[in-house]
Amino acid sequence: MAGFELEFSLRQGAFRVEIAERTDARALALFGPSGSGKRTIMEAVAGLRQPERGTIAVAGRVLFSREQHIDLPARSRRTGYVPQDVLLFPHMDVRSNVLYGANGNARNLDSLLDLLELRPLMSRRVTSLSGGERQRVALARALVSEPDVLLLDEPMAAVDIPRRRRILDALLRIRDELHVPLVYVAHSPEEVLRISDWVLVMDGGRVTARGVPSAVIG
Amino acid sequence: MSREIAEIALFTTAAAGAATVLMLGPGVGLAWVLARRTFPGKAILETLVSLPLVVPPVATGLILLWLLGRRGPIGRPLEAMGIEVVFTSRAVVIAMAVMGMPLLVRTARAGFEQVTRRYEQIAETLGAGPWRVFRTVTLPLASRNILAGALLGFSRALGEFGATIVVAGSIPGRTRTLAVGIYSYTETGQDRQAALLLVVSVAIAFAAVLVSNRLAREG
Repeated sequence: MAGFELEFSLRQGAFRVEIAERTDARALALFGPSGSGKRTIMEAVAGLRQPERGTIAVAGRVLFSREQHIDLPARSRRTGYVPQDVLLFPHMDVRSNVLYGANGNARNLDSLLDLLELRPLMSRRVTSLSGGERQRVALARALVSEPDVLLLDEPMAAVDIPRRRRILDALLRIRDELHVPLVYVAHSPEEVLRISDWVLVMDGGRVTARGVPSAVIG
Repeated sequence: MSREIAEIALFTTAAAGAATVLMLGPGVGLAWVLARRTFPGKAILETLVSLPLVVPPVATGLILLWLLGRRGPIGRPLEAMGIEVVFTSRAVVIAMAVMGMPLLVRTARAGFEQVTRRYEQIAETLGAGPWRVFRTVTLPLASRNILAGALLGFSRALGEFGATIVVAGSIPGRTRTLAVGIYSYTETGQDRQAALLLVVSVAIAFAAVLVSNRLAREG
């Protein structure tokens, strides 16, 4: 079951981010100029920032609720977070990066390696990878932990334009075959249209428009 | 090189090695706490850690003599267990560890401060608890600095004089180190022996600092 309940506010210096959204979406896109609060929302879902009030729930599981005194630590949230700068562990090879989240249990490893075409890269050092390869490794690392939701922060930003299609295809297969709900900070309107079934347009820390992508963006 | 000189060189290197092992656990722990935690009294702890760098080593030796002596707060219970410290090789190792530790803590702390906090956060989102994050992400990413700090601490331990002579003396074949040996030979007019020790100590320290600098640069 997909679905997001994001009703919270948090302050970041002088900047306040507020959101009140309940949706049954499978893939939720956050779209807007930089500094509009998209990343803050994603980090709050991952448990890396603490809202002052409100509720965060994904697929019916409450991750944070001020009223119910629930604040799961990041390690218990089961969110596969892929930040924009990817942050592969630089002291590990691809295999160790991918297996980091497995905790000795990588049931879906084979299918992920095929889906993301990672087998030839497994013994490479991460410093030798291209932007697209790094992105695929980061996706595998996040998915091996069998997350309840995948949080993607502009996954195309560091990928060459010709290789974007490959990542996009992988993301669509992750959405449709692995049935992992996505929160997606989007780089371009095309990505929003291709990947998401619900979009929140953000500006100045607030949602300024919401709806089906073809109606809001198209 | 005479057998005596070789023994002193070997003993000093072994004692400095033991001191480095001894300072590693508490030194790395302190460095991490100072780099990553905020708590009341942090400024006092920071100052205490650096104190052996600025207090005259002889004064540090006197403090150690009081702490570890037979009537001291640490020496007395050890004595009851049949462990003697003062004027033994144990005292040499402890004096070296106390004097070398500030250099280890400072260098390792800088290493921990350089580790991007976000790598640790990613590890947390992948299900790792605090100890696993430290062991598999923080420690390896700071390891070059820790190693450089350990080598600096080792180099400092090799040359330790003031605290060692107070708390361990200069007993040939028992507590005599390179630095203490140079002093003792010079005092007794054995200039050739002193010069030999000088060459050996410069050579060992040179190698240690060279490696330490290289590690710090590459880290």
